[in-house]
Amino acid sequence: MSDVVLEVKDLHTYFELEEGTLKAVNGVSFTIRKNRTLGIVGESGCGKSVTAQSIMRITPKKNSRINGQILLHHDSGPIDIAQLDEDSDQMRDLRGRDIAMIFQEPMTAFSPVHTIGNQIMEALFVHGENDKRAARKRVISLLDEVGIPAPERRIDEYSFQLSGGMRQRSMIAMAIVLNPRLLIADEPTTALDVTIQSQILRLMKRLQRDNGMAIIFITHDLGVIASMADDVAVMYLGKIVEYGASREIFKNPKHPYTKGLLRSIPKFGEKDGAHLATIKGTVPVPLDPPDACPFANRCGEFIAGKCDVRMPAAIHVAPGHSVNCVLYE
Amino acid sequence: MSFSKYLLQRLIYAFLVLIVISFLIFMIVQLPRGDAVDRIVNARQAQGDIITEEDEAALRAQYGLDKPVYVQYFNWAAQFARGNMGHSMLGIPVDKLINERIAATVLLSVISLVVTYALAVPIGIYSATHQYSLGDYFWTFVGFIGLATPNFLLALILLFLFHKFFGLSIGGLFSPGVEEQPWSPAKALDLLNHLWIPIIVIVTAQTAGTIRTMRATLLDELGQQYVVTARAKGLRYRQLLFKYPVRLALNPVVNSIGYILPRLISGQTIVAIVLNLPTLGPLLFSALLAEDLELATSILMIQSILAVIGVILGDIILSAYDPRIRMEKGVT
Repeated sequence: MSDVVLEVKDLHTYFELEEGTLKAVNGVSFTIRKNRTLGIVGESGCGKSVTAQSIMRITPKKNSRINGQILLHHDSGPIDIAQLDEDSDQMRDLRGRDIAMIFQEPMTAFSPVHTIGNQIMEALFVHGENDKRAARKRVISLLDEVGIPAPERRIDEYSFQLSGGMRQRSMIAMAIVLNPRLLIADEPTTALDVTIQSQILRLMKRLQRDNGMAIIFITHDLGVIASMADDVAVMYLGKIVEYGASREIFKNPKHPYTKGLLRSIPKFGEKDGAHLATIKGTVPVPLDPPDACPFANRCGEFIAGKCDVRMPAAIHVAPGHSVNCVLYE
Repeated sequence: MSFSKYLLQRLIYAFLVLIVISFLIFMIVQLPRGDAVDRIVNARQAQGDIITEEDEAALRAQYGLDKPVYVQYFNWAAQFARGNMGHSMLGIPVDKLINERIAATVLLSVISLVVTYALAVPIGIYSATHQYSLGDYFWTFVGFIGLATPNFLLALILLFLFHKFFGLSIGGLFSPGVEEQPWSPAKALDLLNHLWIPIIVIVTAQTAGTIRTMRATLLDELGQQYVVTARAKGLRYRQLLFKYPVRLALNPVVNSIGYILPRLISGQTIVAIVLNLPTLGPLLFSALLAEDLELATSILMIQSILAVIGVILGDIILSAYDPRIRMEKGVT
């Protein structure tokens, strides 16, 4: 177990709204190891981003509530992030140093009135670096490492002077500047065009090979998951409904939702004019959801009296491959 | 484009704007029926003088009023550019009347502006970071009371209260007799003693708007992605608050220098009359009542120049403050 970086156990993240309790993450568990990539996939509103924000403890302070365990493993033993005060020095120290995050919108993720270099070096200064020259040197070499040409010039430019791909590279540089053990990437390529997308994915893989960091890769794009992730968690309405090795999930999907997602990927060579398969309806808002299968109301294989009475338990259908569905009980 | 080139460009634009303004002012002031000669003739006739048509024509020729309007304009503009603003109807040189008042006007306006920002920005930050708290509601309430209270009324109330309870006369900028003295620490202190009442009156009205601007834009900025990014780096909330969202939220506030300063310079006439302040506003008011056209034209022109200077200052500060503006204009 020594290579386990993070263990999430029965995580619940609730938001108290005027309309009621929004159960954005509702009992999620997974383990992530060094040098491995876990892909979390699901539609908008399934709770994948909130899962990431919970690990970073950057959910809106006013009305969010976190329950369960988020164990960050250190040589000195595990720290339960869920128990920390989000504003405590200990939590701030973990952010950026042990766990770093890259975001979907590289345009808005940088302040437009501070230079890229200023914002990347800041991560170093926050975590104890005092030597400005050394920090600048480190950032220039890092910008070079993530593939930004003329880094000694780019370091003094503003985010609006860079292209989308350059911005995301800078974002990645900012995240890995302190060699974090866990990198959370929340839809890092969604806002980029396809060629840039594949460059960024290659970059992330190379960095992982060099640094051995664990990556949580959040996306709704199954194609990206297939090329990036070792393991896949399929999320729906705040719950993981299927979990397994990437290859296994793509070859042998079990949950009707996973099957539906895979069917809805357009493929080459399909008949012209054929309709792309879709999943009916949209993800409901998880305000006081019933304690039943969350997918029941959209499922093509719905069994009345079974699916709508309780949450199905996780069934192991193959080694390392589990699914929460009554069909396999 | 270098900064000095940018500055030069702004100054050229400002000059062109002033030429257009000067033409408009000249035309508008000339609009009412009758001219200076009519008034002289009326005055003399009232004294019993007999004035022939030839006398009238001679007077018109003397003042250049027999020429077409555009010639009159050019004559006037040429004189004005040389600093020769003519004489008021009371025979005092216009530039002397105005010079006395420019300093007071600029002093009051600039101090009011600084005090407004010094109050409104911290309160706006507090209101945004404590949205819907008791303090937020309190400052909103105070701000709107200030906004809703007519300035001159507040000035009158303050005058009354100070007179009744402290026996002080707080009108004007100096105690009686002090103004003519040469500058000394005592005179400066006297000025400070008189200055803060008009400052309170003017600031009360200005602050609410700036608080609202600051609060709204900061709330906006607090929801931006870069705030989350900064948190994810491990920054303290207070550190990141002032470095990122506050800095960006100040942008429209900095921008407002360009229009608040001109408003302060040309506005506040009624307050200045009530408080007997030696600023340009009351002088313009009495000049207009007396149909003292040369004086009125000159004051309007001076106010316009000050306003344009305010706008340029605002532009320069903003371009120094925000790299996006700088890059957009190509200033390095």
